[in-house]
Amino acid sequence: MNDLNAIRDSFRKLHPAVQWRNPVMFVTCLGAVLSSASVAVDVAQGRSWGFDLQISLWLWFTVLFANFAEALAEGRGKAQAESLKRARTSTQARRLQGREETRVGAGELRPGDLVVCESGDLIPGDGEVVEGIASVDESAITGESAPVIRESGGDRSAVTGGTKVLSDRIVVRITAGPGHSFLDRMIALVEGAQRQKTPNELALSVVLSGLTIVFILAVGTLKAFADYSAAAAGQDLSGLITVPVLVALLVCLIPTTIGGLLSAIGISGMDRLIRRNVIATSGRAVEAAGDIDVLLLDKTGTITLGNRMATEFLPAPGVQAAELAEAAQLASLADETAEGRSIVILAKERFGLRASQLQPQRARFVPFTAQTRMSGVDLLNEGGETRRAVRKGAGDAVQNWLRERQVSLPREVQQSLEEVARKGGTPLVVAEDARVLGVIALKDVVKGGIKERFAELRRMGIRTVMITGDNPLTAAAIAAEAGVDDFMAQATPEMKLARIREEQAAGRLVAMTGDGTNDAPALAQADVGVAMNSGTQAAREAGNMVDLDSNPTKLIEIVEIGKQLLMTRGSLTTFSVANDVAKYFAILPALFGGLYAFSGGEAGPLSALNIMGLHSPRSAILSAVIFNALIITALIPLALRGVKYRAVGASAILRRNLLIYGLGGLVSPFVGIKLIDVIVAALGLA
Amino acid sequence: MKPTDLFELALFLVLLTALTPPLGAYLHRLFRDTEPVGGPAGAALERFFYRFSEVRPGQGMNWRQYAGALMVFNLLGVLVVFLFQLWQHALPLNPAGLPAVSWHSALNTAVSFVTNTNWQGYAGETTMSHLTQMMALTVQNFVSAATGLAVAVVVARGIARKNTRDLGNFWVDLVRGVLFLLLPASVILGLVLVGEGVVQNFSAATAATTLEGVTQTIPLGPAASQIAIKMLGTNGGGFFNANAAHPFENPTPLSNFLQMLAIFVIPAALTSMYGRMTGSRRHGWVIFGVMAFLFAAFTFLSLWSESVVNPLFGTGSLMEGKETRFGVFNSILFSIVTTAASCGAVNAMHASLSPLSGGLALLNMQLGEVIFGGVGAGLYGMFLFILLTVFLAGLMVGRTPEYLGKKIEAAEMRWVILAIVAPSAMILLGTAISVLTPAGLSSLANGGPHGLSEILYAFTSAAANNGSAFAGLNANTVYYNLMLAAAMFVGRFAVILPVLAIAGGLAAKKQSPSSAGSFEVDTGLFAVLLTGVILIVGGLTFFPVMSLGPIVEHFLLLRGQSF
Repeated sequence: MNDLNAIRDSFRKLHPAVQWRNPVMFVTCLGAVLSSASVAVDVAQGRSWGFDLQISLWLWFTVLFANFAEALAEGRGKAQAESLKRARTSTQARRLQGREETRVGAGELRPGDLVVCESGDLIPGDGEVVEGIASVDESAITGESAPVIRESGGDRSAVTGGTKVLSDRIVVRITAGPGHSFLDRMIALVEGAQRQKTPNELALSVVLSGLTIVFILAVGTLKAFADYSAAAAGQDLSGLITVPVLVALLVCLIPTTIGGLLSAIGISGMDRLIRRNVIATSGRAVEAAGDIDVLLLDKTGTITLGNRMATEFLPAPGVQAAELAEAAQLASLADETAEGRSIVILAKERFGLRASQLQPQRARFVPFTAQTRMSGVDLLNEGGETRRAVRKGAGDAVQNWLRERQVSLPREVQQSLEEVARKGGTPLVVAEDARVLGVIALKDVVKGGIKERFAELRRMGIRTVMITGDNPLTAAAIAAEAGVDDFMAQATPEMKLARIREEQAAGRLVAMTGDGTNDAPALAQADVGVAMNSGTQAAREAGNMVDLDSNPTKLIEIVEIGKQLLMTRGSLTTFSVANDVAKYFAILPALFGGLYAFSGGEAGPLSALNIMGLHSPRSAILSAVIFNALIITALIPLALRGVKYRAVGASAILRRNLLIYGLGGLVSPFVGIKLIDVIVAALGLA
Repeated sequence: MKPTDLFELALFLVLLTALTPPLGAYLHRLFRDTEPVGGPAGAALERFFYRFSEVRPGQGMNWRQYAGALMVFNLLGVLVVFLFQLWQHALPLNPAGLPAVSWHSALNTAVSFVTNTNWQGYAGETTMSHLTQMMALTVQNFVSAATGLAVAVVVARGIARKNTRDLGNFWVDLVRGVLFLLLPASVILGLVLVGEGVVQNFSAATAATTLEGVTQTIPLGPAASQIAIKMLGTNGGGFFNANAAHPFENPTPLSNFLQMLAIFVIPAALTSMYGRMTGSRRHGWVIFGVMAFLFAAFTFLSLWSESVVNPLFGTGSLMEGKETRFGVFNSILFSIVTTAASCGAVNAMHASLSPLSGGLALLNMQLGEVIFGGVGAGLYGMFLFILLTVFLAGLMVGRTPEYLGKKIEAAEMRWVILAIVAPSAMILLGTAISVLTPAGLSSLANGGPHGLSEILYAFTSAAANNGSAFAGLNANTVYYNLMLAAAMFVGRFAVILPVLAIAGGLAAKKQSPSSAGSFEVDTGLFAVLLTGVILIVGGLTFFPVMSLGPIVEHFLLLRGQSF
């Protein structure tokens, strides 16, 4: 179905206004017109026209194949755009004016309007929650079915038009006017309607146009040289050197392969991002992603899992590790924080300790408070008196508690505390009554595989900088474990902004992710700023990409997509230019093979250039044109998929792509043209 | 190829390589900044020129100002050379009483010498007075070379500097190039050449009676002073019509060797200066290596072609038209050197080379004369190819193309394309128009593919600012004088102006530090790529016309057919 639409669009795109945007294909199109006109003249004058017609048809095919590639690339986004549009159209809004509520169409909302949304309502436009909290189904844009929480204030206040409130009631202040909402931008983007040429695409177009001019010169003047040579040899070449043949030579030489696939490559690059749930506001940002030198990454959520986890029990002298673990588990049973749970789990894993069957009436849980900074449990005897008092907490807090019992921390435990802190962890002391049992080490757990990811980035020449609010000691330890190149401890948004400016002043391109309103200036300053969809509206407006999954690790994938986009363009350009060598060896001997052949029937001297041994001059020309057209269709999958990307250094990538697309581009047309020639000759087409 | 020939080629390359770093270091010091060079006396001399002409040496120019100064200076140069020729009959130092030069030949010669081409549609000794040779032509030999040098220096500054519009001062670069490089080097080389027997006097021709009793006119004049700069400045305009094949211009094997070396020495040293100024000396050597490789490869190809047995004679390595005193090898080597560099001096008639050897000389020029090339012109021509290579390959590594930390964007590529297309267009269009018009065809001495080669060679030599001639074509006609003058002018300034614009754009950019992800330009892989791009771009543009000229002639010759 999609393919049928694409075929229809291929013809629609023959419109000169469309072709004009792509100089290479415009020249091809003109050539096809010229060649067809010459067929018409042939027919009118009663000359044989079969060969010229075949050339003309294949020239038209060349243009159509290029159109088809573009239409196919666009078609992939269209289906997504359709479903997005459905979300947009039927929305009704409940606008608040004072205490009055009026029903208006979503299209009538203006920035600043307040609207009410209750469970079951579609949110009518992009905005900021100013009152209330609600769970929202954002699957229409993210594809993620699990509902998310949106609340006023804080970093989760942005809502998107077209998403659905599942529960509760919120008041939203609209921030985007009609036609400028996130959904509108997204639709325009996936449809390719707003597509402008990106800087690199523009530069490449200049080079391709330059090559086209060179070949127009070479082929245009060739007619003069051919006439001179024919006169010098006393021969008549006018039967072979005709307008369709010269046009065929020109079209074979100009870079139609890359010219025809250029926009398909760009569109599918954007499409790859969209399929990873990243919305870029411009193609420029995608390209910039490939150029990134420095990644600023937030520690929490990107480099480490969100929470600290218990990793070790360090018993005090004379205490069994199992005893410490048991007490620690006991103290954490009522602790519902992730840290507390991790202690219970660690004790279970290390010592097979099951959470003991505590009878609620026999235990009094002591919750964590900001004052005591400790939590624990008092086990009671049958009379309700404290039998065992277990506490866990920060070193100084437990020390205070112990001081009441005239006990101080043993020296070994002090050392353990310092040791854990130095390694970037957070130590908790466990004490039972007047006994210090030991230390639990809590640590930020670095995400699995992230170190390898950073190593890859380093090979690609990208430096990673970890941003964290931790103190320098902790930050340094985590930085070392995660393998980042640099870190910023106790970082504030202002420091982030300053760091970005500093890197940029040194000529580097910086990418970062962010979600809070205070990240907005840094997001705007960064060359690539990826805002989390879960973040505030201000952050989403400031960045040039929005990640619908709100996954900060995605930045790495975005960089890869950007690089892949540029690589695909470069590789196909190289391929296209390298192809020309073989085409010369096909067409020039075809045109001039008989030149200066002095005895009749003898092959001319330039037939020595017919190294492919092509059947006849006409079959050689036709084969070259057919190859040139077919190679475009053959490469459409590559253009849509992108050249394979590997995280290795520039030289290795270059060597690989040169071998495949440079050498391959040199050799493959020799094989392809020869094969087509055999078929053309067998079918008696020329 | 005899062992001694191989030894000579090896010695040539070794000497060239050895001279490159010290001279490169000297050039670097000369053009790095405006600090005085050449000791107190040199500094005083330099200051004198600036005070005299009201140049403020510390004042930088942006690219437009630089280009403006350069164009004004060169256009005035055309006017002066033109007028000298028109009025030479009324001016002193004309012992032979030569008449004024025709207006079209004078215009052609004026453009020719100002553009460092030194295409000569006339015979020097019977056309130009001593005054014209010295005050007009030799002066341009110096300043046209210094102009090219200045442009190359500006390219290096464009890379080395960042966030600035200041590219240096044209007048300072010009004065320094002449005063501290070309002039002293020419004096030294001139004296050596005089020692070898090159004439240097103000006499008119002498009449002598030969052994056969015939009276022979032997022209004399201030030759050595012009020969030295004609080689060092890659100008190539001979004092005598026979150029370096004339015994008074090129008397001994040693003078022949030194002259070839002199052609290459400054262009080669510029690669070293470029590496030093841009902070990547390895990159400088990579450029040198690519040039040296192409030079050696073309030399061997040309020698092979020359040795192919000519079925008409049953032997190869024919002596007709070659430098009979120094042999076929030195004729071939000279032909490659002179067309690789933008020199154009010849010691053999290129029309007498075997078809493919002549074709290689043509190809050398069609590639834009980047194999060492003209003084400055070789480097900035190579710079254009480097940008093209970096652009294509840079995309392939997945980044916006970068050259030594400078992003290469649409603006740069637009200028690169203009600079590469303009000379090619002059060559192809000029040749095409000539083979279609009676005015173009009537000057031909030979028919068939050889005739095509003659016209193609003339336009190629002009547009590439080489100046060597293929012989066989009478180019001193109104048609050819004007057409070739246009080709020379476009071939020079439609390259220089874009190059200056690119340098200006690059200097204004910031410089990004290199990383593992950046594209490296100091590796063997880059050298291979650059070589490939030069050959493919040049080859694709000119393969069709070459196939109808030298290539078909080669195959015809194998069948015993000549033209």
